[in-house]
Amino acid sequence: MKTRKSEPLFHIVKRKDMPFGKQVMVRAIAIVAALIVCSVITIITTKMNPLAIFSAVIQGAFGSTRKMWITFQDTSILLIIALALTPAFKMKFWNIGGEGQVLIGGLGAAACMILIGDKVPDPVLILIMLVAAVGLGALWGAIPAIFKAVWNTNETLCTLMMNYIAIQIVAFFTILWEVPKGSGKIGIINQNTNAGWLLQVGNKYLLTILIAILITVGMFVYLKYTKHGYEVSVVGESEMTARYAGIHSGAVIIRTMIISGGLCGLAGFLLVGSIHHTITTTLAGGEGFTAVMVSWLAHFNPIAMIGASLLIVFLSNGAAQISQNCGLNQSFGDIITGIIIFFIIGCEFFIRYRVVFRAKKGAIPAPVTGEAVFGGGPGDESAVKEIKEEEGNDND
Amino acid sequence: MKKFLSILLACTMVLSLCACNGGGKKTSETNFKAGFIFLHDENSTYDLNFINAAKQACEELGVECIMKTNIPEGQECQDAANDLADQGCGFIFADSFGHEDYMIEAAKENPDVQFCHATGTKAHTEGVANFHNAFASIYEGRYLAGVAAGMKLNEMIAEGKITEDQAKVGYIGAYTYAEVISGYTSFFLGVRSECPSATMEVTFTGSWYDETAEKEAATKLINGGCVLISQHADSMGAPTACENAGVPDVSYNGSTADACPNTFIVSSRIDWTPYFKMAIKNAMEGKEIPTDYVGTLATGSVKLTELGSAAAEGTQARIDEVKAELEAGTLHVFDTSKFTVEGQKLESYMADVDTDPNYEGDHEVIVDGYFNESGEGFRSAPYFDLNIDGITLLDQKY
Repeated sequence: MKTRKSEPLFHIVKRKDMPFGKQVMVRAIAIVAALIVCSVITIITTKMNPLAIFSAVIQGAFGSTRKMWITFQDTSILLIIALALTPAFKMKFWNIGGEGQVLIGGLGAAACMILIGDKVPDPVLILIMLVAAVGLGALWGAIPAIFKAVWNTNETLCTLMMNYIAIQIVAFFTILWEVPKGSGKIGIINQNTNAGWLLQVGNKYLLTILIAILITVGMFVYLKYTKHGYEVSVVGESEMTARYAGIHSGAVIIRTMIISGGLCGLAGFLLVGSIHHTITTTLAGGEGFTAVMVSWLAHFNPIAMIGASLLIVFLSNGAAQISQNCGLNQSFGDIITGIIIFFIIGCEFFIRYRVVFRAKKGAIPAPVTGEAVFGGGPGDESAVKEIKEEEGNDND
Repeated sequence: MKKFLSILLACTMVLSLCACNGGGKKTSETNFKAGFIFLHDENSTYDLNFINAAKQACEELGVECIMKTNIPEGQECQDAANDLADQGCGFIFADSFGHEDYMIEAAKENPDVQFCHATGTKAHTEGVANFHNAFASIYEGRYLAGVAAGMKLNEMIAEGKITEDQAKVGYIGAYTYAEVISGYTSFFLGVRSECPSATMEVTFTGSWYDETAEKEAATKLINGGCVLISQHADSMGAPTACENAGVPDVSYNGSTADACPNTFIVSSRIDWTPYFKMAIKNAMEGKEIPTDYVGTLATGSVKLTELGSAAAEGTQARIDEVKAELEAGTLHVFDTSKFTVEGQKLESYMADVDTDPNYEGDHEVIVDGYFNESGEGFRSAPYFDLNIDGITLLDQKY
């Protein structure tokens, strides 16, 4: 044990649950602070009124009935992907392959529209599209899961690489099916026959929204009230415990990833069948990665994910309006969104942890409750020791 | 702490109240609004060319100009077009090839609004009355730029920098699409009209805008012995690579003289201002907009920039001569006596003018001894997709 002269200036301690009211307040402070920083940056860099920027964001996301529908539709797609990733995350299986699973699902749906669009009646075609999209998405999720379950490969790398494989496969088929020749794009599929286009419920945005609501409720129930959901969390806590409890963790991993990939495939199906009616390598548009953030921000709670994905979509759809209203480049919108998201993620840290400062010289150190997470290096030992004495050795 | 919070809260409330008054509208002489959809923003030479023209046309006509940048070639385009219609635009334009299908959908949804689309191919077959295509005889501009490049090659040969056999031009194309093929072929024909020994190598990047890929492609061509470079892709990748390597460059969409002072020869571009003015004016007055509009040298739509320092002596005078011949109709870029395909003179060719998934040739386009590109009664977007002798395609994967 090293000797040391003083304890560090501060160390970080995990909190017990913070009361809900206080959590809301921390988040509100974070948003206000973010807006203040955004305002300062806006004034310094553009000499424009920050209020014009903020009102553009609101206008961009909710400025007209159509914009509201689009915001809710985009939220729904992001939500579905986030929900799809969540069971995998709860299992501590880091599925960052949402992008590829969505894309390959979309490719499956588009392939059916192109190849058999004029050969089978529409309801049959849509059913085949659905099966193809969900099936391919599930396959794309199952492959890394099988590798993990059987050979214990690193799922993060594996799912990430599967994204690039999916992108290249889509690129190949884009060139194969391009119209006109050499143009590198497929364009709207069956534009004149509308074969394989999903039915419009009320308007063209509502179907996606309804499906997202169904999946949210379904996922909430699945994770919270079913045996599968319980198994997922046990495997996530500890594989050893799972084995002890008689859970075959390999099977749970594969099964969960089939669900995860399948749901991503469903998102791809909606993107192709209901929204874009085409397939491009950018169909998923990075949402497979954004969804990771949504899932984490919401602490894997399906209901909270509605708010998290709405927030992200609100910011990104809103930011697009900045360039139209204020004549500023898209990068400026990205900076503003980046700052706000940074503060929101940052405040989660203060909700989960607290900073304990060094007690004044001569004073008795304040009793610390909670769990030591990380401190200021070798000089921190007494602080950690203190906590260990109080809480027992339960570092994670 | 509580005090601090209450101050913060008060500030937010004041801010949110003020926010309602934000966004002052620009005044314009008429109530007419013109909406524009661009694939990228002003960092892309291609889009910048459209943005400048849109601003100028709207200013001259005194109409309000609403611009949406960075709109992808998907449902976002249709949403953007619908949103512009919601905002009261009577004229809506999109600049990228992949926007076309979504513009057609938006045109069907908003029959009272005029939709115009550059580089598209479907207006003449789709039968949507308020949807129109536009392009320009940019192959004439490319040909003139080729003349400048050919003269540069001649200068390099005369100075002993290269031999006649080494007069190899490199060209970076985006896709193996007719618009690109028409572009590099007309450029090459211009080069060869001045420097008969010239050959050309073409490589494709598979993207309309990919700075890294375009830079790498230019470097690859230069390393492969190309002594002059030109491109049909929208970033500064190729011009920058040329400036770094000291290889003369003919750029596209606008002058790159500022970034490449030592190597820039000339650039051809389409000036969209005449088209925008005509189309917006017609939309305002309720007059018909042509289904397929082709801007020409005569309409002021096809332009060359000022020559750069790398251009050979006497280039301007020669360009003016050739331009006069093109305008008079005594010279045709795709004159079938000036090129061969697989060693044969082209007597007849069925081009794929009407877009279909099987790429079927449907129109005879050899008229009076020349390939009638962007011709009357066909379509505005190019359909020249032949591989002529003297041009080697290094890859065709896109």
